[in-house]
Amino acid sequence: MKTEMRFVAFGGQGIVLAGVMMGEAAIADGKNAVQSQSYGPESRGGAAKSEVIISNEKIDYPMVVQADCLVALSQPGYDKYADEIKPGGTIIVDQDLVDAGQPPEGCAFYSLPFARTADRLGNSIVTNVVVLGSVCSITRVVTRENLAAAVKSNVPSKFAELNLQAFSEGYRIGQEALSGKTAGNK
Amino acid sequence: MALDDNKKRYINHHGGKTYFLLGDEACAYGAIYAGCDFFAGYPITPASEVAELIAEELPKAGGICIQMEDELASMAAIVGAAWTGARSMTATSGPGFSLMQENIGYAIMTETPCVIVNVQRSGPSTGQATKPAQGDMLQARWGTHGDHNIIALAPNSAQECFDLMQDCFDLADTYRTPVILLMDGEIGHIRESVVMPELSSVRHTSRKRAERAEEIFGGQELIPGMIHYGEGSNVHVTGSTHLANGMRDVTTPHVHDELIRRIYKKIDSGREDIVRIETDTVANGKSRVGVISYGASARPARGAVKAARAEGKNIDFLRLISIWPFARKQVAEFSRDLDLILVPEMNLGQMSREIERFVDCKVIAVPKIGGVPHTVDEIHQVIMEAVS
Repeated sequence: MKTEMRFVAFGGQGIVLAGVMMGEAAIADGKNAVQSQSYGPESRGGAAKSEVIISNEKIDYPMVVQADCLVALSQPGYDKYADEIKPGGTIIVDQDLVDAGQPPEGCAFYSLPFARTADRLGNSIVTNVVVLGSVCSITRVVTRENLAAAVKSNVPSKFAELNLQAFSEGYRIGQEALSGKTAGNK
Repeated sequence: MALDDNKKRYINHHGGKTYFLLGDEACAYGAIYAGCDFFAGYPITPASEVAELIAEELPKAGGICIQMEDELASMAAIVGAAWTGARSMTATSGPGFSLMQENIGYAIMTETPCVIVNVQRSGPSTGQATKPAQGDMLQARWGTHGDHNIIALAPNSAQECFDLMQDCFDLADTYRTPVILLMDGEIGHIRESVVMPELSSVRHTSRKRAERAEEIFGGQELIPGMIHYGEGSNVHVTGSTHLANGMRDVTTPHVHDELIRRIYKKIDSGREDIVRIETDTVANGKSRVGVISYGASARPARGAVKAARAEGKNIDFLRLISIWPFARKQVAEFSRDLDLILVPEMNLGQMSREIERFVDCKVIAVPKIGGVPHTVDEIHQVIMEAVS
């Protein structure tokens, strides 16, 4: 079983770190993981991409060929990669940052309030962790325990509580979306 | 250069753990494990993370890290540090590697053990600064002027970035020569799990030492021992042609001839010890097509070979782990029953030329440039065209 995940955003939105946390959780789950990123020369604002491949087997090719899951926090990122999704794959976008128009046919599509939730928790910097919470409950690629632990170990200790709260909120939002309670998904 | 208490404590702290690391970070940890005690460098994408982690971690293990004003100075600093007894290294990428060439020649001529990490990016010049490539394979061999030999290794995973640093330092000391770790931006910038070895499994080769300063550049030995600065002997180190005691003689033909031939021969004679390859071949001679690759390219290449085999095609595979000296005997052996060898590499055909020199069968380069590695499908398609 191999899962290819692609996160796209603007530089500075924390998707490289999100990919790292996914990878660490997968390894803690006893799987193999490879994470890679691509970004422009700017430190913030340019197009950023973070990819994670999680597999029970050895991973030959370290980059995503066709994503099982696309997470988009930027319009250009969504526009560029949405059509490359694997048939039957999952697309997750931020409802305020991405206007998906007509999502590709046959994929599971979720438009969720990540940035808004982070703002509500008091710090937009945890948007990426809200995202991870939802990705975790929607895709179940890694276990909740190990992903929460990876979040905790990758953030400054004084922000650990805020990040774990963001993760739980994200997880809940994802769960609700899965069970169709949230307006705006599908 | 000893694995002293500081380093042992450091290794005991990390040993047995599994980290999720960039190839660059794995390289930095590998260096500290291998007993590196001096790093000098200048930041450059995609090699900066080597220096970044070394700057944070090396002092904890008792070592010294200096950010120099540029790559020329970085290379000069590690040569100087080696002569005080340090296991020294630097890390850079293409543009910086170009700037280091003059002092790499100085390290070769003065037989100075040191390690240069080149995390290759797309060039020439500034090129695609943040994109990976394998365009410096021949620069690593012939980048500095004059006749010389070199040792270069190419990892294809984060774990191997860690593991090969030990080999690099050991080879540098054994052969008294600069050793190049030819990484590429792809391997430098992927994160994978890396197992940090326990102290008990860390080997340590110590540098050969000379007793008499008269013979630290020749004399009876093919590879003479060193005397370090600060130990009381008068040691003269020069990039000019010199006698066994280090004093210049730039006019006597046989002095230059003997010195350069010895420097050349010491690495040639160690070929079997230095060469590292990995092969995956199908049962005896059934295969007509082989694939040879290295570094990041070897990963999709391996995937493509697997895919072709799953479709019933017998394809042999060889990965070069050591690049220089070239594994001529092993590649010739690999090619014996083959009609064709495909060589995927992230350049317009560099190692494929070297392979051509040592095999009787046809060699076809499978080049790719532009900053994105080959996909499994791309190489698979070339393989399937070749077998049909």
